[in-house]
Amino acid sequence: MRDILFSNAHLIDPEAGTVHQGQLLVRDGQIAAQLAPGDLAPEAEEVDCGGRMLAPGIVDIGVKVCEPGERHKESFRSAGLAAAAGGVTTIVTRPDTSPAIDNPETLEFVSRRAAETAPVNVRTMAALTKGRDGREMTEIGFLLDAGAVAFTDCDRVIENTKVFTRALTYARSLGALVVAHPQEPGLSRGAAATSGKFASLRGLAGVSPMAERIGLDRDIGLVEMTGARYHADQITTARALPALERAKGNGYDITAGTSIHHLTLNELDVADYRTFFKVKPPLRAEEDRVSTVDAVRNGLIDIISSMHTPQDEESKRLPFEEAASGAVALETLLPAALRLYHADSLDLATLFRAIALNPARRLGLSGGRLSVGAPADLVLFDPSAPFVMDRFKLQSKSKNTPFDGQRLQGRVLATYVAGQEVYRKS
Amino acid sequence: MSFTHRHLLGIEHLSPVDIGAILDLAETYVDLNRRTDKRSDVLSGLTQINMFFENSTRTQASFELAGKRLGADVMNMAMQASSIKKGETLIDTALTLNAMHPDLLVVRHPHSGAVDLLAQKVNCAVLNAGDGRHEHPTQALLDALTIRRAKGRLHRLSIAICGDIAHSRVARSNILLLGKMENRMRLIGPPTLMPSQVAEFGVEVFDDMEKGLQDVDVVMMLRLQRERMDGGFIPSEREYYHRYGLDAEKLARAKDDAIVMHPGPMNRGVEIDGTIADDINRSVIQEQVEMGVAVRMAAMELLARNRRAELAA
Repeated sequence: MRDILFSNAHLIDPEAGTVHQGQLLVRDGQIAAQLAPGDLAPEAEEVDCGGRMLAPGIVDIGVKVCEPGERHKESFRSAGLAAAAGGVTTIVTRPDTSPAIDNPETLEFVSRRAAETAPVNVRTMAALTKGRDGREMTEIGFLLDAGAVAFTDCDRVIENTKVFTRALTYARSLGALVVAHPQEPGLSRGAAATSGKFASLRGLAGVSPMAERIGLDRDIGLVEMTGARYHADQITTARALPALERAKGNGYDITAGTSIHHLTLNELDVADYRTFFKVKPPLRAEEDRVSTVDAVRNGLIDIISSMHTPQDEESKRLPFEEAASGAVALETLLPAALRLYHADSLDLATLFRAIALNPARRLGLSGGRLSVGAPADLVLFDPSAPFVMDRFKLQSKSKNTPFDGQRLQGRVLATYVAGQEVYRKS
Repeated sequence: MSFTHRHLLGIEHLSPVDIGAILDLAETYVDLNRRTDKRSDVLSGLTQINMFFENSTRTQASFELAGKRLGADVMNMAMQASSIKKGETLIDTALTLNAMHPDLLVVRHPHSGAVDLLAQKVNCAVLNAGDGRHEHPTQALLDALTIRRAKGRLHRLSIAICGDIAHSRVARSNILLLGKMENRMRLIGPPTLMPSQVAEFGVEVFDDMEKGLQDVDVVMMLRLQRERMDGGFIPSEREYYHRYGLDAEKLARAKDDAIVMHPGPMNRGVEIDGTIADDINRSVIQEQVEMGVAVRMAAMELLARNRRAELAA
């Protein structure tokens, strides 16, 4: 395989925290060198980046691919194409399929399907309890051997604290990462919106933002007790942030993520019961959104995820409280996140720290960086190119994006996995 | 005529002028309804379908009577018993209805926003007869007409709404309507039955009923749903009655000529003392029922005018 030289680029290096002009040399699917603009490069196939941004490909924790069970909503093929079109080079899948991915055999099936059909890297998370019903822990050891990178019951909270404690303790002995959904289940049961003026006006059952704080507080207590490696999937409220900060300050092995929707939308976007804006946890007040963006900027929240959740039209064309939660976001993650860049809320190096470097580090993956020896998983994009989002042009089988019809800025021009082009904008 | 709406989905979208137009027209129907010959033909030739996805006797009867008096062909569909149980979605129901060419669709549904969703998918005028805990616009309009007739005006009154505000679409529509008409609104009830951040609606909130009723012109009681007891919102019926039931002692705090209202059906001895409900000097509860038919006739006539104009165009 010939060497490839990505010339005339702006390199976004989240590890160094810099954005600078330069060239990138790729050899055998790995990054071989970062060169200054005028540096003499060895004989190589040249890709002229036209002065655009070249960054490590996005590593997206918490993508739902609906295999097994609901392949009509999303398959590994369609999710992989969507990821490639969105600059996502590694998707980390959720086990909230039907049946749940809670045993090594199912995990192996999923891994095989992914390897056969998806053009990007796929890593899998497995359920923490069997059937995700919070009673018995899964075969964490076997699942690790089969390739699980983390363990999660997704949006289901393990209500029985004893069961959760044992699972955390057992996971710790194997060094396994547990991803949890911090939420007090009694308070949040049945809620379709965040309690407050908007939910009251619309007559929707609401959950107090305090439910997230209480859920996180409990989990932090259990982490202190068990010493487990813990990641909170979505922190979306201002009130949860001081607790997170204290826990990190105490040296516990805790990280936190948030979703792109909670960073770029608020509860008022639901307007007249638009079900494409129904996500879990529900969209928050504007003050919470701003606090969450601040927490990403200062590094308190480590990771931004798409929380890609395909739903077909039938699941969404229902009265708001009955409609399914979730939104597709693999293809809109980067353009939506660039809203924060254009609003001067996040610089590009910080953004890629949250969408590429930190998730790779947390899962022990080698991607997410531009350093020598890292896989040449790359995204080339124009951060300023404007377009109007048309949901029917999405690669995902499901078209449930809240950004339909909205003006976005920033387009992926090409995506590379191990130096191979997997997407080029036509 | 200024009333240009295609549907009546809620008070939120109405202007004070719209509200005035409906009430003024309703006054003429109050007179008509008291005559021996109550027939009009303004809806003649039009088809009205009442779709109730939730139990209702009074509201459905009121809409049915209103439509029949105006000469519409009225059909009732009890949706609880039919296709919903067979798994049909609301959208499919709407498509089925479209094929029957109704002109007016009166809908009640247990989920907030469901009537809005249906209105987006059907080709006719939709009247919201109550959706979840969201809105119940004709109830607020009939309450407004009752107040206007009893008090001679619909502005600068001090009005208290008492009881289970959190789960009440009647309360929401009334807060919106009476607020738009520039009245002073008070909400009275236990904090467990108040919507969150309700003070941001421009109302005063009281958990002490006697303080809340001080010098008000109108006392509007809400029904306490029995299922609230099981949900642990209040400790018991008798404690609720003691603290929030309207009796003579609490009513004495209001103005001497304050009127008492209730959207029905009442739980006597739970939220209201029976003797107050029956006191013809204070209670306008029977008049509310009468105004209900007139207001629904007026709302349907206005929507039908727009419907006919739309069909002619």
